[in-house]
This record gives sequence, C-alpha cells and structure tokens, in this order.
Amino acid sequence: MEPFVTLTSKLVPLPNENVDTDQIIPAQYLKVTDKVGLGKYLFAGWRYLPDGSPNPDFVLNRPEMQGRKVLLAGNNFGSGSSREHAVWALQGWGFRAVISTRFADIFYNNALKNGLLPVVVDEETHQRLFRWVDADPNVEITIDLPNQKLCLPDGTEVTFPIDSFSKHCLLKGLDQLGYLLEHLPRVEAYETSHPPRVDTTVLLTQVPPSPAPRS
Amino acid sequence: MSQPKTLFEKIWDDHVVYEEPGAPAILYIDLHLIHEVTSPQAFQGLREKGLRVRRPGQTLATMDHSIPTVGRDFSLMDAMAVKQVQTLEANCREFGIPLFNMFDDRQGIVHVIGPELGLTQPGMTIVCGDSHTSTHGAFGALAFGIGTSEVEHVLATQTILQRKPKTFEVRFEGTLPEGVTAKDMILALIATIGVGGGVGHVFEYTGEAVRRLNMEERLTLCNMSIEGGARAGLIAPDDTTFEYLADKPFAPKGKAWEEALERWRRLPTDPGATYDKSVTIDVSRLEPVITWGINPGMAIPITGRIPDPDKEPDPRKRRAMQRALEYMNFRPGQQLLGHPIDVVFIGSCTNARITDLRQAAQIFKGRKVAPGVRVLIVPGSQQVKRQAEAEGLDRIFKEAGAEWREPGCSMCIAMNGDRLEPGQYCVSTSNRNFEGRQGPGGRTILASPLTAAAAAVTGKITDPRTLIG
Repeated sequence: MEPFVTLTSKLVPLPNENVDTDQIIPAQYLKVTDKVGLGKYLFAGWRYLPDGSPNPDFVLNRPEMQGRKVLLAGNNFGSGSSREHAVWALQGWGFRAVISTRFADIFYNNALKNGLLPVVVDEETHQRLFRWVDADPNVEITIDLPNQKLCLPDGTEVTFPIDSFSKHCLLKGLDQLGYLLEHLPRVEAYETSHPPRVDTTVLLTQVPPSPAPRS
Repeated sequence: MSQPKTLFEKIWDDHVVYEEPGAPAILYIDLHLIHEVTSPQAFQGLREKGLRVRRPGQTLATMDHSIPTVGRDFSLMDAMAVKQVQTLEANCREFGIPLFNMFDDRQGIVHVIGPELGLTQPGMTIVCGDSHTSTHGAFGALAFGIGTSEVEHVLATQTILQRKPKTFEVRFEGTLPEGVTAKDMILALIATIGVGGGVGHVFEYTGEAVRRLNMEERLTLCNMSIEGGARAGLIAPDDTTFEYLADKPFAPKGKAWEEALERWRRLPTDPGATYDKSVTIDVSRLEPVITWGINPGMAIPITGRIPDPDKEPDPRKRRAMQRALEYMNFRPGQQLLGHPIDVVFIGSCTNARITDLRQAAQIFKGRKVAPGVRVLIVPGSQQVKRQAEAEGLDRIFKEAGAEWREPGCSMCIAMNGDRLEPGQYCVSTSNRNFEGRQGPGGRTILASPLTAAAAAVTGKITDPRTLIG
C-alpha cells in the first residue's frame, strides 16, 4: 500500500447525494478476479453513453479533470453494496482521497484498507468547497494527514477525524492484516475459552440431498 | 449488579479478543460466509502472503451472484462469470472450505442458506463480503457485510478490526394490517430516517409488531437494515427463534441445545439499557409501501402521491428528487396506482423464502400474468425450490404464465444476464432501486411479494389488498 502523508490537488466535484457503490462501479463489472484495471469502469453508468462513447457532460470526461486526485462528493457517499471494487475503481482512475460530510460504514473501512483517504468535513465546509469549485474549477486544497488538516483555498484550515490506528497505517503504508497476525496468540487464547459454534467441514463429506423430481 | 446492556453490547463484549487504546477492537468471527464475487482477491492475498485459512470449519461458500437461473450450465454464462465460479471452486478446494457450487442441491443465496441450515444462531458474529449480511441479525446474531480486504483478514485470522458502532432502537408498535408485510415495515422505516439515517449505528428492532413476525419476516426486516445505512440490524431471540432453529441441521442437539437455550435467553437487552438513538413507528396505520425514486428511502404508501421537489427546502435534497423523477420518468404529485409496468421480479435475499412465495402464490392462484408482462420467480435456495414444488406453488406460478427459475441473486443485481431493458419498469421484491441496478436504464419499484404479484396479474401498480381475502 502506498503511504499517504500530504496531498495537494485540484478537485473533481460530484455534488450528487447518496452516491451508492452501484454507481461508483456497476455490478456488470464485478466479474473480475483481480483488482487492477477497474478505473475505466468508474461511474460507468454516468460516464458513458449507451453506445459506449464518453458522455461529454459527465465531470470525469472533462479534459481539465484528468490527473486530479481528490473527489469532492455529495453527502453520504458510498452507500449500498460492500463491493471493494468501488475503492479499487476510484484508485484506478487516480483518486487518492474523497471528501464528503458522511461515508457509508463499509465503504469507509474499505477505503482506509486500500490507502484511499475518506475526509469527513462539516456541512458548512462542504458547501463552501462546492462554492469555491463553482467559482473557480482550478482551486487547490491540501490534505495534511499527520496534522489531520484540510487546507482550504483561502488558506484557512479545518481538521478532520480519523482513528489513530488507521492514520498510522496510512502514513506508513501498512496493511492492517499485519496487525491482526501479530495478535494471533490472543486469538488462540480466545478460541481456547470459546469453542467453535459450528463445524461446517462435516459438509465436505455429506451426501447432498437428491434433487426433487422435476415435472 | 452489572451495568444493563443492549443485545448488541452483549454480543460485542463477548467477541472482543483484544482492544488497544486508539485502535479498533479485534473482533472474533464465529461464521464466515463466502461467495464468488467478493472473495477471489482475498484468496489471492492469502497465497501471496503464504497464509492458510485459519478456520475452514467456520466458513461456508456458495455461488449465487453471477450464476444463471434459467438452468445450470456453463454455456449459459459469459467467460468472465465462468472464470469467477471456477476460481471459487479452486480456492475452496485449495483451502479446504466447504462449497455449494451451482450444481449442488444445497446451493442458494448466501443469506438464505445460513438460516435454513441452522448455521445462523443467536449471539454469534457473522460476516460475509456482502452488505445484506445484516439479514442474519433476525436471529439475534451480530451480522454485517465486509469488504474484500476484510474477507482476507477473516480467512487468515478469524477476526476483524472494528470500531464499535452506536446503537439505534427501531420500535415497531401496533398490529400490522392485512396485506401489509415486513417489507412494508422496513421500507417505511427507511423512508422515515433516510438512506443515511443509520450510518455508524446498529439497529435493534423491538416492539410488539416485531415480536409477532415469524422468522422469515424478521429476516426480511433485518435484510434491509443496510439500506437505512446501518451495517447490522438485530432482533432479540425468543421462542419464535428457538422453534425455527430446533430442527435445523446445524442447531445444537440434546444437552448442547439446552445449554444453548440458556445462553440465548440471556441475550435480550436488559431493562434499563439505553440506545444512542431511537425511533418509533406505529404499524397499525401502515399501507403497502412502494418506492418511486432511485434509493430505498424514496418511498410512499401505495395509495400516496410522489412528493414535490419544489416543496423541499434543502436544495441538495431537491436536486436528488428531481434527478430521481427524471430517471424514473415520474411527475411530482403523481399517484403510482395504475401505472403500467413491464417486468415483475420475485426473488432476492430479501424476499425469496418459502413464506414469500406462498404469499405471492396466494395472488397468482387462479389468475394469469397480464399480457405483455414478464414475471421472474427465483427461489432463494434449492431447499426453498424443493419445498415450493412439493406444495405445488411452482404449478400455480407456471400456469399463471410466470417463469420459475433456479436459485440465485438473479435480477436483484443483474450480473447473470437476468436484467431489465433500458426504460422498463420493474416491480421488484429485491432491496435496491439504484439507477441501473437491475440493468442499465432499468427502473425499479421496490415492493413486497404481495404487491409484486398484484402488479404481475394486473400489469400495473395495484394495491394487493384489493386482490386478497
């Protein structure tokens, strides 16, 4: 995972509220068995016309948006399906951070685990950012993760929340699985006092029920 | 006397392996369910790191999302879908995980087979790389959807890193009127609190109307918790839960059953325990509920009218409503009763269990599918299919002119070729009416199995209460 420390970028504005993960990447593109190459399907339903050509009205298709690394999203971003493909698609396009007032829980976790920073801002800051971008599409912001600060176009700063563990992992580019593996002895101790509730391996040798007669 | 706790807090506390200040808790997972879409990259991660699956016996895999429902043959699938299911087959073989593949007579939608096998039990923690894992909360289990990185974490360690969510009591009071179902209750809740209303929280459904629901209705209720933004939704286990579980293959037997019952009876929320948030809904005034927009919170009573964006003070909400009206090609103030429809889908982890099919059959019996309407009925599992066929429900559906399919997610997610054409209207018993969810350009109206069946036989949005009794 690529470490995230600070980032300065122009913004890609997408004011739609409640953008769900089906919009971020439609289900028809989930039939993959790896994580790479999903950037071309990001927002596919909005980004391409029915004939497959780029929709010139959609923000990602505007030439000046290419290379930007921060998505300024509407309220409640990433709801719906748990598909981590949504995060891989955003990263595949080049995004490294998303700003919103609220993120759906599963999306938020998925983002942190891949080094995509979800930046939660208050309503007022959120609306100001959209007004800035409306007035000048080329305004820049800086995300300062060590200090948990978002530096706004007018030079003022707002803080954003992130738990210290996730922050540490992002700053160092650490996979969170490493932390769990370190604590496996504790898991073993837990399992000693909490025997498994079920054992599905009996299914490996079970003879499946015979099919019902088909009329 | 210790501090009174909620159902959620009891399960949470019982599963925290370790918690370091500033870090999320390491939470132990009792049961991990797997399917073909969100697992391949997790298994690949294990291979790259030289790790094994820690507890294959607490893991079960099935195929549901990308498999065909018209029949069971690789020739019915595109090359990518074939590769995806073959990858799951190979991964399960390599790591020793039991799998119900698409030819297996135990196969079904992941959230249907867990409960029917008795794998889903009170007090457990259950995860799956699927947001509708909240379904299993109907048994008083803490069950939630996870991403693929977390699937890898659970495979490798049987644990997951979690920040403790807040609690949200959803109290349903009163008596549900005839023709109004658990699906209508959950749609009414989401319309009340909005699709983001439960973010950061776990719902606990309480109240007399919940107590009176049978297990399958409770599964429907918990299934759509995620559509209200809550990762999990729980119902305290009671005699209804225990009766349902008693004869299931994986339920504890003999003395172990008695011990389990004793444990499970201690799970319900203690008197005096408090929730971070709460809402109360009186179900005695509920009507069947349908959606008019492009998220499950955009819902109205079936006799109601679509709200007018001009009356919405928040400009962002107004814009969202306008966009929804444009996508659905509906007008503000429009009543949807009588609106023609093209397709009816009865299926999904929300509403494809035997009681759902019995309800639908009640409407189809002695009637025909309206001319020009396509109706797909997709049972939730092979077991549900066998049961429905034993009861003759399949004949009722087929004689009416509906298609009776093999189990799978089918047109709920439209990954397998079961999908709408652009512009078509579909009354669907599934859980999401997002743009393009049932096929690019498709327009979804979420409803109960009764309302969906009523639309199927009339060809238009119809109040099911006019067709029953």
